[in-house]
Amino acid sequence: MSTPVLTVTDLSVSIGRREIVHGLGFAVEAGGTLGIVGESGSGKSLSVLAATGLLDAPGARVTGSSVLRGAGEKDGVQLVGASPKALRKVHGNSIGFVFQDPSTSLHPLLTLERQITETLETHRRLSRRQARTRALELLEAVGLPDPERRLDSYPHQLSGGQRQRVMIAIALACDPALLVADEPTTALDVTTQAQIISLVQQLQHDRGTAVVWISHDLGVVGQVADDVLVLRDGQAVEHRPVLDLLDSPQHPYTQKLLEARPRLGKVAPPAPEGEVLLSVRDLDVKFPVQTPVGKTVVHAVDGVSFDVQRGRTLGIVGESGSGKSTIANALTGLVAPESGTATLGGTDLFRADRGLRRRLAMVFQDPFSSLDPRMRVGDSIDEPLRVHGLPSSGTRAERIEELLGLVDLPADFATRYPHELSGGQRQRISIARALALEPDVVILDESTASLDVSIQARVLELLRRLQVELGLTYVFIAHDLAIVQEMSHDVLVMQNGRAVEHAPAGRLFAEPAEEYTRALLAAVPPERPGR
Amino acid sequence: MSDTTGHEKAAATTPAAQAPSDDGGTGRVASADTGRVAAWRLLAGNPVTLVSGAALALIIVLSVLAPWIAPYGINDVNVANALQGPSGAHWFGTDDLGRDILSRVLVAGGTSLRIALVSVAFAFVVGVPVGIVSGYTGGILDTVLMRVVDVMFAFPVLLLALAIVAILQPGELTTMLAIGIVYTPIFARVARASTLSVRVEPYVQVSRTMGTPARTILVRHVLPNITGPIVVQTSLSLAFAILSEAALSFLGLGIQPPSPSWGGMLFNAQGFISQAWWMSIFPGAAIFVTVLACNLLGDGLRDVLDPKQRTLAEQRRMR
Repeated sequence: MSTPVLTVTDLSVSIGRREIVHGLGFAVEAGGTLGIVGESGSGKSLSVLAATGLLDAPGARVTGSSVLRGAGEKDGVQLVGASPKALRKVHGNSIGFVFQDPSTSLHPLLTLERQITETLETHRRLSRRQARTRALELLEAVGLPDPERRLDSYPHQLSGGQRQRVMIAIALACDPALLVADEPTTALDVTTQAQIISLVQQLQHDRGTAVVWISHDLGVVGQVADDVLVLRDGQAVEHRPVLDLLDSPQHPYTQKLLEARPRLGKVAPPAPEGEVLLSVRDLDVKFPVQTPVGKTVVHAVDGVSFDVQRGRTLGIVGESGSGKSTIANALTGLVAPESGTATLGGTDLFRADRGLRRRLAMVFQDPFSSLDPRMRVGDSIDEPLRVHGLPSSGTRAERIEELLGLVDLPADFATRYPHELSGGQRQRISIARALALEPDVVILDESTASLDVSIQARVLELLRRLQVELGLTYVFIAHDLAIVQEMSHDVLVMQNGRAVEHAPAGRLFAEPAEEYTRALLAAVPPERPGR
Repeated sequence: MSDTTGHEKAAATTPAAQAPSDDGGTGRVASADTGRVAAWRLLAGNPVTLVSGAALALIIVLSVLAPWIAPYGINDVNVANALQGPSGAHWFGTDDLGRDILSRVLVAGGTSLRIALVSVAFAFVVGVPVGIVSGYTGGILDTVLMRVVDVMFAFPVLLLALAIVAILQPGELTTMLAIGIVYTPIFARVARASTLSVRVEPYVQVSRTMGTPARTILVRHVLPNITGPIVVQTSLSLAFAILSEAALSFLGLGIQPPSPSWGGMLFNAQGFISQAWWMSIFPGAAIFVTVLACNLLGDGLRDVLDPKQRTLAEQRRMR
């Protein structure tokens, strides 16, 4: 056994008078990967930032010990309480960082070369020329096509996955002993995620870097980690080798997390075939985009047709930019389609008056911004009722109470403001609002994507129950294949604005006909990594 | 959020009381009443807001009551008593014509505040709707309205006010109109900028998918969510309007003598600056205190109007 690169013992973090992380301990060896898993607010990022001396919050106090032993720190450096100068010597040099959002962690006004060479020039005192050569090697190592030309490009010229590759190149520039990756694939599509995971694994294999990988996604962590630390409310719940943890979770919380996580194989409860309720034919949506060289047109949705039967769910799945949300926006009238028709029970949706709007409701992704922060929850649910002048105000109060009951919330929630509620509760409010007018069709656009897995599982369960109870028809839009399988009776796979494959869920997941569908399915992290 | 604790809590309670609360956070019941109470408490809890509010209230009361409480008439000329420093008989001293400065500062306060209020109200009533409509509608209407605003912005504030006063007759009403017109584009800009960010918020989109008419969205969602910047802009503008009135009167284009105004008194005092400091210090201090109080109160009000801030303050208090 080699000595660990990072040894953390009894680490506690308090902000103000509140202790947020309680006496955490872990270690990572060279070439090894520690996965830290937890739901939002569990303190996973906070504890790693504190351990690496990067925590910069007003009133934060860190106690305990965190010792780094890298190539430049043979005797070990205590990072907790280290001076800013000592930390500067370590950051970028012995510890590299990759954060979640590749679109904001790169400097938009500097070329990639400047951003990659910055650490090299600071820590390694390389000349401009030497640094450029090294930057070129790094871009090659992270698999960016045409690295010579890429060195002179700016972040906005790259895709999300390419930007994350550049972030990794920057983090690895000085051959750090430790790489900290904080949700590095959360903002990426599944296929890109799979590429980034294998890239990090390969680089780690070549260089013997120790990795701390923070994620909310047990599937991803299961794939990358040797050891997994499960965090909850700033406390270590379970800390074991990955296969042990997946095969025989000891703590009930870990069991619950494993149980709640979406995975391929769960199928939606069967629904009978019915009449076609929503019918879309040759839908075309184009967006004019102003570029410096003139106007170009983005073909967001290109000749898409589908039918949805009453009481069933159509899942629309695709990566970002595939046009799946644009379909929802066209159906709800938020964007005007170029051509094509959509009929709801025989009536043309695109020429609809407000009366028809009632029959189609939508639930958006972000539970934090889809409720007006200045309106009480009851008023938000009341809004569609008021807009359509339904029923008189006396009975409206009863209706609001009834709707809250429908989504399992007590009636007194009506007087609360959105910021007093958690994400899951807010999304329940959004669902109640969507159901207020007794719509036929509910469009769910990534409605559970920003929720923690256990909350997501409960909201999905609620949606399935409501579908059966109220005979609802869903258009379920998501990027997560497992969730789509769990919810849908029929599935439409989208790529670059086109419908690639459209089949009953059972057949699509069992024997995908198209290459792209197979690629999507293959990119889903396996439930149990085979090693 | 600590979702899991909520689950276990929820599982432990009876099904009837079970809220699928995913967080242990705010379990207490908020009602309309506590909201208002919280607003007052938040207002009262911030000493700066409280002091500035009290100061402004005092200034307003004194200005309104000025005709009755002023110890002397504003135009009681007493040349024999001219340029006397502060004393028991004349707390703020007398000016070059022997008029009591305290009385004149009090009466002038009413004029200054009236001009500031009316002109800012004018700017608010014209500017905010223009800005909201412009920002929400976009397109050609937005371009046209904003170019007009740009043109108005291109003139230095005082120059525009000077031109308006020069065209019309100088006087109180003209001063109000001039300052009001000058401040209108500022309100339009602030309202438009805030509207641009609010109109793409998902809760506005949701409302649109329900078929809500645009004017309802503007009143129900957009207006309440841009109050923060607008309240701050209003309090700032009140302060600057007082300064603008003072500047116009100082230049002889605002309130005409012998009616007193703070700016006019400063104008009058400049010739005696080396002999009678009290002639400029007291009206100057009145302007300073009023402007400062307006600014500080605006900051406090912005917090009070935000329900989130109210809750945070309540939680702090409970702890």
